[in-house]
Amino acid sequence: MQVAPPMHPSAPLLEITDLQVDFPSDMGVLHAVDGLSLQLHAGEVLGIVGESGSGKSVAMMALMGLLSFPAQMRAARMHFAGQDLLQASAAQRRAIAGKDMAMIFQDPMSSLNPSFTVAYQLCETLRLHRGMDARAARAQAATLLAQVGIADTASRLDAYPHQLSGGMCQRVMIAMAIACQPQLLIADEPTTALDVTVQAQILELLAQLQRAQGMAMVLISHDMGVVSQVAQRVAVMYAGQVVEVQAASTLFDTPRHPYTLALLQAMPQRSRGAARLATIPGMVPGISDRPSGCLFAPRCAYVQTACSAPAPVHRAGASQVRCHFPLNAPGGPT
Amino acid sequence: MSSAQRDKVVVQATALGQTFRIGRGLLRAPALLQAVHDVSFSISAGKTLAVVGESGCGKSTLARMVALAQAPSAGDLTLQGVQVHGASGTALAAARRSVQMVFQNPYGSLNPRQRIGQILEAPLQINTRIATQERRALVAQMLARVGLRAETVDRYPHMFSGGQRQRIAIARALMLSPALVVADEPVSALDVSIQAQILNLLQDLQEALGLAYLFISHDLGVVRHIADEVLVMYLGNTMEQGDKNLIFEAPLHPYTRALLASTPALGRPVGSRQTLLLQGEIPSPLAPPAGCVFASRCPQATSRCQQERPQLAPLHGRLIACHEAAKLAASP
Repeated sequence: MQVAPPMHPSAPLLEITDLQVDFPSDMGVLHAVDGLSLQLHAGEVLGIVGESGSGKSVAMMALMGLLSFPAQMRAARMHFAGQDLLQASAAQRRAIAGKDMAMIFQDPMSSLNPSFTVAYQLCETLRLHRGMDARAARAQAATLLAQVGIADTASRLDAYPHQLSGGMCQRVMIAMAIACQPQLLIADEPTTALDVTVQAQILELLAQLQRAQGMAMVLISHDMGVVSQVAQRVAVMYAGQVVEVQAASTLFDTPRHPYTLALLQAMPQRSRGAARLATIPGMVPGISDRPSGCLFAPRCAYVQTACSAPAPVHRAGASQVRCHFPLNAPGGPT
Repeated sequence: MSSAQRDKVVVQATALGQTFRIGRGLLRAPALLQAVHDVSFSISAGKTLAVVGESGCGKSTLARMVALAQAPSAGDLTLQGVQVHGASGTALAAARRSVQMVFQNPYGSLNPRQRIGQILEAPLQINTRIATQERRALVAQMLARVGLRAETVDRYPHMFSGGQRQRIAIARALMLSPALVVADEPVSALDVSIQAQILNLLQDLQEALGLAYLFISHDLGVVRHIADEVLVMYLGNTMEQGDKNLIFEAPLHPYTRALLASTPALGRPVGSRQTLLLQGEIPSPLAPPAGCVFASRCPQATSRCQQERPQLAPLHGRLIACHEAAKLAASP
């Protein structure tokens, strides 16, 4: 059943156990990420899907060390490439972020600094993390632009972000992210702001760079279609929790969590011929109405009395599901 | 409703065009930007025409013209049998009432300082002489119709989620009982599960009230679900236009094919696309290509495509603007 995740005799590249991120507010504490655990091996591509507010971006920001006040983060364990990120000093974290662990954001237009040229912003990374001098950095920047499919690199290097299109800006962001040959690339909704034909180009580029450099990648998206194109394994998040992890090749046909199934059924692409789309009743829980038991229970089509207790996590190999009564399982509803 | 009502044409657009003048300073003549060129269609009561295309293709400009928010610089528009260009004041006012708009961003399209009751009453206050009591009753009816509770009237927009706000925006558009609703990307800002609720609501309302929809979207999955007819635009021009099933199941225009192939489908990994990916990006509308506007990115382009702009012509049950269409139809 499982897609062969490449054999991993060694320790995983990334290991997060029981990550919690809270945002205190006047109305109470918002649990943005609530007990997230995941492992990622070198060269593996993990997709994270979920609706807005499910905590997918916040979890990765916590990993990158980009959360600021008033966010409160804690975890039982957070290891990356043999280093304990929880024990690392701020300077050590800075040396890792942007070098071994790089991130691409949703809106390429606002992620680049409008006041500086492409060359300046690309060379900054190279000089800081790889200690290159100005001339070597500029030559390397040109190579990187060519690598991400930008023609006419000499003139593009001296362009300002507003002179480039959205797709071109995202290519520059990707060039910046891979400048130091990271072991892990986190792409947070990298194509959401782009047109569909440009989105296809960027996804193709990311997949090709990932294969060529053998880096691990986390692809965050609200779009199941995008994730299914690139990821080997997919994690589904709901209200700050990972509710399901499964191989991309099987998740869409045999979802095990009722929320995953409901999300798939709500997609117009899957409704072929049906007069009305399936919907999920109710809303994502907020600060005041967070259930004490299974978080999805108030909206779940298969809810039973046992669901008023917190849902247990069933693990099998690289898959997991957080549910009292997983679907597509012997003895459970299908 | 009777079948005669259903076949009634609500809106008819003939060779609609919009040209903007872009100032380039005192000393240079303004540049001309042709945002929409020669677009024609008609929508009957109870039917949905979806306009698809990438950003900058002119679909929102088209929506604004049909909603009478902007006068077209070329072509004719007939709404409910009234020819809009040159119509008298009262006829024009009636035409304006018969078309309403729903916008993309429900956070930006509702006044944050007004209560929902005020927002929904405003169209009646401005356009009708209905008494206060009766207005309130109509608002309450409309709220129930779009699936919101009656106490909603006393609340402010910030108290609602994106999906609920879009319901309020739809309710506002329907207050004057329009015949045509122009919806410009109404579900793009919403999550998948909420998007499904709003699409269902739009379909329920269409069936109950016999509304005609002009539905603008870039999401082909949504379009395939909701449309009856599809109009594919690129750089202000119609590329392909016709019945939804025909366009989705047997697309002929290379641009339509590329759009469909670019749409992420579940379980189709990168690299397994049947068609070549489009190279490059949409050219600047200030300097459109001389020939076919799509020629610079088209995998099938010939030298004729570079020089001569193809005209929209019928082929295999649809309209298509492509020199190579007949050849492409022979080899699917």
